[in-house]
Amino acid sequence: MKKLSVLVCCLSVVLLTASLSCASGTIKIGGLFAVTGPASFLGEPEKRTLELLVKEANEKGGIGGQKLEAVIYDTMGDPTKAQQLATKLIRDDKVTVIIGPSTTGESMAVIPVVEKEKIPLISCAAGIKITDPVKSWVFKTPANDHIAAEKIFAYMTSKKQKTFALLTVTDGFGASGREQIKVLAKQKGFTVVADEVYGPKDTDMTAQLTKIRGIKPDAIICWGTNPGPAVITKNVKQLGIKTPLYMSHGVASKKYIELAGTDAAEGVMLPAGKLAVYEALQKSDVQYKLLKGYDQSYKKAYGVEASTFGGYAYDAFLLATGAIKKNGASPEQIRTGLEHTSKLVSISGVFNMSSKDHNGLDLSAFEMVKVVKGDWALLK
Amino acid sequence: MQFDQLLQYTLSGLSTGAIYALIGIGFSIIYNATGIINFAQGEFVMLGGLLTLSSLELLKLPLWAAIPCSVAFSTLVGILFERLAIRPLKQPTPINLVIITIGGSILIRGLAMLVWGKDTHAIPPFSGDTPIAVGGATILPQHLWILAITVVIIIINKIYFYHTISGKAMRACAYNRRAAGLVGIDVRRMVLFSFIISSAMGAVAGIIVAPLTMTAYDVGVMLGLKGFCAAIIGGMSSGISTVIGGLILGVLESLGAGLISSGYKDAIAFIILLLILFIRPQGLFGKADSERV
Repeated sequence: MKKLSVLVCCLSVVLLTASLSCASGTIKIGGLFAVTGPASFLGEPEKRTLELLVKEANEKGGIGGQKLEAVIYDTMGDPTKAQQLATKLIRDDKVTVIIGPSTTGESMAVIPVVEKEKIPLISCAAGIKITDPVKSWVFKTPANDHIAAEKIFAYMTSKKQKTFALLTVTDGFGASGREQIKVLAKQKGFTVVADEVYGPKDTDMTAQLTKIRGIKPDAIICWGTNPGPAVITKNVKQLGIKTPLYMSHGVASKKYIELAGTDAAEGVMLPAGKLAVYEALQKSDVQYKLLKGYDQSYKKAYGVEASTFGGYAYDAFLLATGAIKKNGASPEQIRTGLEHTSKLVSISGVFNMSSKDHNGLDLSAFEMVKVVKGDWALLK
Repeated sequence: MQFDQLLQYTLSGLSTGAIYALIGIGFSIIYNATGIINFAQGEFVMLGGLLTLSSLELLKLPLWAAIPCSVAFSTLVGILFERLAIRPLKQPTPINLVIITIGGSILIRGLAMLVWGKDTHAIPPFSGDTPIAVGGATILPQHLWILAITVVIIIINKIYFYHTISGKAMRACAYNRRAAGLVGIDVRRMVLFSFIISSAMGAVAGIIVAPLTMTAYDVGVMLGLKGFCAAIIGGMSSGISTVIGGLILGVLESLGAGLISSGYKDAIAFIILLLILFIRPQGLFGKADSERV
């Protein structure tokens, strides 16, 4: 009898809280981020950003009187786990929109789930496969890698550089970059004279660079994330190579300059997301105020600089809340709202979605920058 | 193929190889004293680098003081590891011990991740970073440090193992633990010594390589594996053959990346490892084991 009464008590408490949350009308946003594991450098700032934004939005009274609630799970960078957690978010937590996952592999695993359950997904991963071909419920915030590559090619054309050596890391980022750069180079009339790779944990790339030095290309394009590119930058200086060195947007943070050393990094050029270089931007830039605000509030809350990766979650949050404000908070309304996003100024760029483009960023998402005396300088 | 390219490949290979050799000797010393492969060896390499970083930044020590400080701390971790994880074991069969070292390495790596975060960190070079031209090739002052320190450590090792009582006792343990125990050598103390020496050497390797390769909580994994390869090529000897094993590995990797394809760099190391294990399990320079007739 006692057991039964306890059970009834529990049940009533659960029902009561459930009805309460219904009555207050919260909008539930799901988050799937690789907070721990190998991709934690992506997931951690994304989670922090989303938490920060939800808190700020609620302090301002939520959206149209409705409070926001973020339900965030750690996928540990594991696609299987991401898939299970996506189902959990939809079935148990009843979220109306999902932000994340952090990596392309996880996003691809989650896509069938959201397509079937008809819940909009705003991925924070960069892989081109996620939104190409377009899937009706899937969006993503990071610009495609080939846009960054195009930015480099545009600059190389202006400097009359026709041949280049490619040096890519053997992980997902490097492999997809290598593929896209080679296709793009052919289209734009560039010649790839060397196609070298290195492992993500390699500690010395002088062998590859010596080979490249012998070929004498007009430029070197390196595609990877830290620490590889920093090692390469040091090696280039050691070998006395004077060929212009381009890096990917994957190293667009002060950390790269710090690791490579101010001396070795001098003159390295790369396409950077605007957040990394906002201090060098014109005050009149449409994104300037937002970028500064994000960086400062992130620094205040967590004591570290905001990163481009956290910016992806920022974009996703702005897109989602923008759609809710405009269209309404049901999954179908959010989906339509997202698809009709136009001129939304955010961290990664200015988003213009359409039924054919579920990413919505163009070349203006990046700025070509050069390392000058340990800091970024804009290239015109 | 130009001569200066070949020279560059060889020089780069030798300096990476010297690091593999230092780590490899760490593996061999513990193997000889205890009969186990200490898979946590790579973590001491990581600790060496990261502890130096902390001594430089938190304690504000100059570099010359930060290095011994970091070696001392890493050695302390080595001692604790032996005392807390290896010694208390009731049934010290090799397979149990090996699995314990794998567990220990995951634990140390996890703790390091919590303490130092997931970022990569840089340590300043010992004496500037102006490249030095050698023929048509270039090396950095740090490469000279690496080669010099490796040579010094090998000489100290040689003196210790052949000219001191405890070194000789440790060699006796390597030949036959039971017999060594019977003539009055404290085998367990020798095991502790072996952990002290190899964790200190791992830390030194981690420190001298950090200015070139940078350091992070997970650098120990790959470096540890390459060091293990070097030790296998050298037939698990704690002397010159492991050093040669490391140098061969470094040069082959570098030549392979330069002349064949950089995609096969790691594959080369592991193909050599497999070939050695298949064809000459006693190591490249070892004599076939004739004791068990």
